[in-house]
Order: sequence, then structure tokens, then C-alpha cells
Amino acid sequence: MSGSAVLFDAPGPKARRLSRILSIVGIVAIAAGLAWVVMTLAAPRPSSGGVILPGMFDPIRWDIFSEAIVWESIGRATIATLQAAGISAVGAVILGVILSILRTAANPLVRIPTTVLIEFFRGMPVLLMMLFILLVFSTGALWAVVSALIVYNGTLIGEALRAGIASLPKGQREAGLSLGLSPLRTRLLIEFPQAFRQMLPIIIAQLVVLLKDTSLGYIVGYPELLRQTTNYLANFYGNRYMFSLFFVALAIYLTINLLLSWLARWVARSEERKRAGAKRKSDKTILDSTKAASLQAEASGSGGIGGL
Amino acid sequence: MQVIFDNLPVYWTGFLVTLQLTLVGAVFATVIGVVIAVFRISPVASLRGFATVYTEIVRCTPLTLVMFFCAIVLPILGVDFPYLSFALIALSVYTSPFVAEALRSGINGVALGQAEAARSLGLGFGQTVGHIVFPQAIRMTIPPLINVFIALTKNTSIAGAFYVTELFGVGRALVNANGNAVIAVLLGVAFFYLVITVPLGQVAAHLERKVAVTR
Repeated sequence: MSGSAVLFDAPGPKARRLSRILSIVGIVAIAAGLAWVVMTLAAPRPSSGGVILPGMFDPIRWDIFSEAIVWESIGRATIATLQAAGISAVGAVILGVILSILRTAANPLVRIPTTVLIEFFRGMPVLLMMLFILLVFSTGALWAVVSALIVYNGTLIGEALRAGIASLPKGQREAGLSLGLSPLRTRLLIEFPQAFRQMLPIIIAQLVVLLKDTSLGYIVGYPELLRQTTNYLANFYGNRYMFSLFFVALAIYLTINLLLSWLARWVARSEERKRAGAKRKSDKTILDSTKAASLQAEASGSGGIGGL
Repeated sequence: MQVIFDNLPVYWTGFLVTLQLTLVGAVFATVIGVVIAVFRISPVASLRGFATVYTEIVRCTPLTLVMFFCAIVLPILGVDFPYLSFALIALSVYTSPFVAEALRSGINGVALGQAEAARSLGLGFGQTVGHIVFPQAIRMTIPPLINVFIALTKNTSIAGAFYVTELFGVGRALVNANGNAVIAVLLGVAFFYLVITVPLGQVAAHLERKVAVTR
């Protein structure tokens, strides 16, 4: 249904003019709303003590950003965020691979406990896990954040990989087994690479979610970007910088995440192109299943599998 | 274990607040999400652009920052609510683009030929969408939507860090009061979350299977 033009007749000159007018009205309305927000933020406002506080864009609230040391500390915090995200991303993918193999094991003694474990961790807030690890294992904030993110995202990635394996045509496994490979080798050498390629967009989307979730470190006391800016720096330089520091943190988060999700989309598209190229020679069932998987990936958005 | 039974009423109040955040948040997120989804497929270019930018920006902002935004920027704009309402606003805004994307991809998932067939039979826009496209799209949309709401349930825990006494906030308070029974207290909190999320997940999986069969 990508071509929604099928839904109605091609617009004539009148409809086109109407849509142009509506478009302009829409732009004006949106711009007016934004302008109101900016003006209200910029306007000085009286505080409870009768003192007039300067507006949010007043230079007095932004002058710390001319100091190199502020940027240095923000840079360190950004690296701390990326560090937590990087360690947990690697750990989550590894855990996901292990879980997906255990979950699809033939032996019910392995499969059923894994399933229960996955359901348990999937249904829990990451934040609760972080608090649990922090208090029960007293690991320190970084490892509380990292291990909670590994466990949580690992289960989600594991489920995605399992869905990828399940969507492969049966013939793949049968062919591997009939060549004399053991069931585990069939899984690792034949099914797994295909499932991983197929689910790559979902996995990257989940990693964007993981990066966003490092900001929960703010709550458990890990000095990541948000805590460093709105808590430590704002305490040190004074609360009047709170807004500008928050704004800078927001901008950094947005930049990193937009780049990552753009990468996810690029990967998805290049996979699609590869498939389109392979269409001529490959058999149809694989294409159908991969198409279904990519549709599913699109449907769950970057939220993926209940984990936004 | 005794701690959990001793504090059941406290857990219960937290559970009710979590439930309230989830349900009200889901309703508001759906309303905003439908509006954004309609904007995204509308023929008016500026609305389409606005919806795209909104989706991208909100989706790439961590919920903690959205909450923080609501807590410090909204009061400056003259919106003065209790923390519960701020948490609700943050949760609905944060969840809305995911709802919109689920709806949009549901509509995209309906084969083009369906609409072409309907149009060639002489059905108009309303009939095509109402009788042909939408009934098929909604089947594809409901499982991912439920997944979005499961995520919303889990995300309500972040409100607990912003002065809302829902399950996570209750858990933190109980942990402080019962330093010797941390594991039991937190497992109790986890249990109440699972009471919401696991059945929802089962429903989503069941519906997904059903849709897969009928297709």
C-alpha cells in the first residue's frame, strides 16, 4: 500500500490548490506554535522571591560553554555513555546468540528453562534490573547499567534470532542434516548466518534502544551524559545553567541516535537491494520469508519485540 | 518473603498507579499516534513533514530525557501539573511515534492489489479504506501495537524516578525501609510487572499466530 495514490483519484487543479493552501496554513500553524514556545522560553519571568529571572536564551545562561573544561567534561560523559552502550551491545548480541541456540535446542531440559528465563527477563523493566544488580551484587553503577542492559537486550535479540531461524524454510536444515552435519553444526553453519542477516535491521534497531536506555544510568547514579550535565555540572556552576546543559545533552543524544537509526535503515535497505539482486536466481520461499521478516521488522519499528 | 506479604497494601497502591499510567498513557499515545499516522499519509505536504520530523526526534530521544523535559521545561511554559500528569504526558508523547509507525506499517502491509481491486469495482476512497484496507491492516497492526503497550508498561517504571509513587517508586521506598530483604522486595516488584506484561505478551503471540494462519 505504498502507493496511496491508488486510494483516490489523481487530484485535479482545484484539489491541488486546496492542498497547497492547507500546506501553507499548516506551516504557519506549526511555525507559530514553535515561535510561541521559543518566545515564552526567552521571556524573563518573575520567580517566587520577586526576582526577575533572565530568559532561557539569555547569554548569562550560556556563558559556561565558552570554557573548554565544560566541554571536556561533557565529552567525558559522552564517552561514558558510549562506553556503557558499547560494552552492553557486544554482550547483548553474544547473549542473544547463546539464548537463541538454547531456546531452539531439541532437549526440553534445556529449552524449557531457557524459555521461562527469557519470558521472565523480557517482562521486566530494565530499570528494576539495574536497581536489583546495583543493590544485590553491589557491582558499582557502570556494571549495574551494563549487565542489566546485556540481560534485557540479550533476551530480546535472542527472541529476534529465534524468529529468524523459525522463518527459514525447512529445507535448509534438512539439507544440512542430510550432508552429515550434526544438528548443532547445522544450526551454527547453515541456519544461523541466514537468520542473523535477516534480523540485522531489528538487531541494530534494538541497539538504538539500548543506547537510549543507557540514560537510565541517570537514575542509578552512573555518571553518563544526562547525570553529568543536569546534575554534576548544574550543581557545580549553578542551577541557572540547568536548561542550557539539558539542551546540550539532548542535542548530543539526538545526533548519536539519529546517526545510528540512519545506519539501521541503510543496512535494511542494502539488504533489500541484495535480495532484489538475488531474486533472479534464488528460490522463492526464502524471499517470502525474508520479506515477511522485514515487514515484521518495519511493523515493530525501532521498538522491536516489545522493547522500546 | 514475609516482607512482601507485610507490605501488600503498599505494593497494591503502587500497582494501581502503574496500571493507571499504563492505561491512560496507552489511550493518549494511541490518540496522538493516530493523528501522527494520519498526518504521515495525508496529501498535505507540511503535515507530512511535521509528522516525519516529530517521529524521528521523539523516537531518538531517551524517555529519561523526555521526562526531564516535562519536569523542567513545561513549568517554564506555564504548564503546572503534579508529577503524575507530567509522567503521563512524557509517556504518551514518547510512545506515540511507535504507535504511529505500527499503524503505518500495518497499512503498508496490505497488498496494493487489494486497493486496486476495490477501486476497479467502483468503490470510493471511504469504501476502499473502510471495507478493504483497514480491516486487513488492523490484523497486522494489533500484535505490534500490543508489543508497544508492553514496552509502555515497562517504561512506566521510569516515572518512579521522577517522584511518582508507582511500583518502582514503591520498590525503592521499601528497599530503603527493609535493607535486609532487598531481594525479596525487588522480586515482589518484578512479580507485579510480570502480572501485566506476561499475559499481554501471550495475547500478542496468540494473535500473531492467528493472523499468520489466516493470511
